[in-house]
Amino acid sequence: MKEPNPEPAAPGCPVTPAELSRRQFLARLSLAAGGTGALIVAVPVAGFILAPFFERTKEVWRSVGKVENFKIGDTTAVQYEDASPLPWAGVTARSAAWLRRVNADTFIAFSINCTHLGCPVRWLADASLFMCPCHGGVYYADGTVAAGPPPLPLPRYPVRVKDGQVQIQTSPVPITS
Amino acid sequence: MVKRIFNQVWNWVDDRTGLLKMLGETARHLVPPDAKWWYVFGTATLCAFMMQVLTGIALAFAYIPSASEAWSTLRFINDTAPFGHFLRGLHYYGASAMILMVGVHMAQVFLAGAYKFPRELNWATGVLLLGFTLVMGFTGQLLRADQNAVWTVVVAAEQAGRVPFLGSWLAHFILGGNTVGGATFTRFFAIHVFVMPGFIFAFVGLHLWLVLRHGVSEPPQPGKPVNPATYRQEYQEMLHKTGRPFWPDAAWRDLVFCLAMIVVIALLAGLAGPPELGKLPDPSIVEASPRPDWYFMWYFAVLALLPHGTEQYLLVYGPLFVGLVLIALPFLFNRGERSPRRRPWAVATVFIVVVAIATLWRAGVKSPWSPNFAAQPLSAAIVGATNGPVLVGAQVFQTKGCLNCHQVGGDGGQRGPDLTAVADRLTPNLMILRIANGGVNMPAYAANLTPAQMDALIAFLQTRKSSPP
Repeated sequence: MKEPNPEPAAPGCPVTPAELSRRQFLARLSLAAGGTGALIVAVPVAGFILAPFFERTKEVWRSVGKVENFKIGDTTAVQYEDASPLPWAGVTARSAAWLRRVNADTFIAFSINCTHLGCPVRWLADASLFMCPCHGGVYYADGTVAAGPPPLPLPRYPVRVKDGQVQIQTSPVPITS
Repeated sequence: MVKRIFNQVWNWVDDRTGLLKMLGETARHLVPPDAKWWYVFGTATLCAFMMQVLTGIALAFAYIPSASEAWSTLRFINDTAPFGHFLRGLHYYGASAMILMVGVHMAQVFLAGAYKFPRELNWATGVLLLGFTLVMGFTGQLLRADQNAVWTVVVAAEQAGRVPFLGSWLAHFILGGNTVGGATFTRFFAIHVFVMPGFIFAFVGLHLWLVLRHGVSEPPQPGKPVNPATYRQEYQEMLHKTGRPFWPDAAWRDLVFCLAMIVVIALLAGLAGPPELGKLPDPSIVEASPRPDWYFMWYFAVLALLPHGTEQYLLVYGPLFVGLVLIALPFLFNRGERSPRRRPWAVATVFIVVVAIATLWRAGVKSPWSPNFAAQPLSAAIVGATNGPVLVGAQVFQTKGCLNCHQVGGDGGQRGPDLTAVADRLTPNLMILRIANGGVNMPAYAANLTPAQMDALIAFLQTRKSSPP
């Protein structure tokens, strides 16, 4: 097995300066050719994999029920579909929020994601508290932190009433940074 | 006759490939004579990995990595496919074994000082392999594609979100978008099945090459420190004097141990079975109690127990610091004593790490910090009253969520102190003070209770004494 060995010349094989520069050129050519080829493949591969880094989905309003379905003062979990789910998303396309009807035409929508690490908080109606099942975070009814590790209040989602329907704007999972 | 044909074929293949003799020589490389049962854990890790590759390939014959179908294909694998249930079990306990063995291997190498000169890069590649193994464990849990998987992705994204500057981008990358959805599972499938195994194959190759290059480290002897100037020469002399061929003098122990490990894995897979599939991966079901698999349970406890306010920093810099320390270790301490008898700090470190992980693991399993959503209503016997303020107070205690975090008479949550005998230690005034103002881990109830409710609650709590009055 003979290895190509451009730099030190084999004994009995004197290298002229012309030959040396030719080898240098060929070595550089090979590296450049290989590198360029790899780059041509790497750009689409990296772009495809990293695409979610740069994608920003357009958020939409989703109806979650008629206004009169919600009792004033009550906080209930509402489900809705993400902004633009992939056809094969199945049940993962669903999202939820805690919706409270404050008065006749004011609603608040709280994220279900705890600001500590994102677990789904549960509303305990009688206790007027949100409790997180993971690491013991607790929030007051207004979403401010009552106890445990959460660093921030529960985020709120945009909510509006349109044509008698309560609508929530789809939102990214809130990421505490 | 048969033997002659076999020899001819053998020689022909060796002549044309040039591999057989080389492989034979590699297998018979010399190892220290007293490298015995302490040296089996690296091979055991590799063996568990090979098992994961095989069982994983088999599972991939039926598994569809799509958010809408992964769960039902797992149901099929688990409930219908021949050997499916067993195979899932093998893959799960194989993963468990791989993580366990990688840990034991690491502890053994650390205790024996085998990471010192000239084997610094053996250790460093091993640390990377540990990282890849943990990523495999994590992504594998996600591919179970149940409700737990969804929340595991979210928890991972939230942790990545704490990285300075890049956080929200990284979180977005992990989720594969704004939310958990169709893009999430395919990405983790590719990482679990192609990317990480590729890295593992490559680095196992490098790791083994380094083992062959520097030889298996001899068992440490107290009073024989590593001196980089003379170590290699002494090691070679020792090998030539007393070395034994790896195959079969040492290899038999590796293979016997691997067999025992596989038998245990198979028994667990057959008897205990794979982990149950949870609910559908629907992120809108708020009734969830996300928990990681056992090998991350200790870290789950870390996340709950970090002092409030420090997790901003520790979530990111903690793991980074541990990783850097592990990689840097052999470069900082590459000479000197190898024997654990002369390295009390090394022994203490392993002891402390093992005890810490075991303690945290236990805490994670019990998760006393989680509210108990399934607490049973207090029984009449425990309440001890059928009317009046004590009964009303007991009802307030239940409806206001006190029972979710406090025990009374053996039921309830464990977040806060057990209140079974709270009247022994707190006067009514102190009780009111604490209930109204709350604390670090307790909500303030001042605005949440009417004066009448507070009075009833205090009346109930005042009857909580160790011995009946």
